[in-house]
Amino acid sequence: MDLKTSDRVTAPLRSTASNGLKIVIVGGFGVGKTTMVRSVSEIRPLSTEEVMTRAGVGIDETAGVRDKTTTTVAFDFGRISLNDQMVLYLFGAPGQQRFWFLWDRLFSGTLGAVVLVDTRRVEDSWYAIDRLEHHGMPFIVARNDFGGPAYRLEDIRKALDLSDDVPLIDCDARERESSKKVLITLVNHLYALSTAQESAR
Amino acid sequence: MTSRSVDREDPDRLYIVTGGRSRVDEDSIDIVSLIVSECDPTPGMQSEHVKILRMCTNPMAVVEIAAELGLPVSVVKILLCDLLDTGRITARHPTMAPAKTKLPEPDILKQVLLGLENL
Repeated sequence: MDLKTSDRVTAPLRSTASNGLKIVIVGGFGVGKTTMVRSVSEIRPLSTEEVMTRAGVGIDETAGVRDKTTTTVAFDFGRISLNDQMVLYLFGAPGQQRFWFLWDRLFSGTLGAVVLVDTRRVEDSWYAIDRLEHHGMPFIVARNDFGGPAYRLEDIRKALDLSDDVPLIDCDARERESSKKVLITLVNHLYALSTAQESAR
Repeated sequence: MTSRSVDREDPDRLYIVTGGRSRVDEDSIDIVSLIVSECDPTPGMQSEHVKILRMCTNPMAVVEIAAELGLPVSVVKILLCDLLDTGRITARHPTMAPAKTKLPEPDILKQVLLGLENL
């Protein structure tokens, strides 16, 4: 718990920063969430955690964790200053079951999500996609290239049972430009959804 | 999702840090609310409060404060509520999307896109 001064490389935000925004990158263990956060973040990724105690029962979604008194979820994050006011926080979040109990508390108001997929373990992504749909959270899917079998994107779409209107792209989470493209694809998707909704009013 | 320091810690510590409170008005503070100090620490102040006031001379998000203090987000929110109540800090809350639609306004998204493209 000691905070070493050398650990603190957090550059301060601009004094005019006033609007924090969230994007969540969800994926299984080792799929490259933190790598993606690191490649675009202006700070070294930080890690924090949230605990859900018994006091959360009835408030948080606790079905399935009844026997536990506390649940701890750790997540990494980085940040991008978009302009003088807006700061985008990128969260790398594990897709396991207990994480979703805390979704509403931590990630309400999130702009959208990126599901990061490793084609060697596609099944890891099913649950995350199911939960995002459950929470009504718009998302895109990005395949992180691990040099595995060269599946075509159409095959991955089929394997994930992904509807045609969800964007699916390739990426290399280590590359800043590639990760940037993933975020831009997500925000473009959100923009399309949002303008469609506006004009439907 | 590894077992982290809080798991190994004497649970009394979190109890003492928060004065035994376990709930806080969750809606009032978001994890990306930006916190700004409005005064300097004074003698006798709880050490966590002192650290927060020193950290937030420039705006700092709740999650960043939690990461720096090594405390869970919900504990940090309780500490921040104390400081908010006494006017020692101010919070700049995110412009949330209207709850019903969940989608942010196109105008906000356009600004996000512009920011990302300029990276």
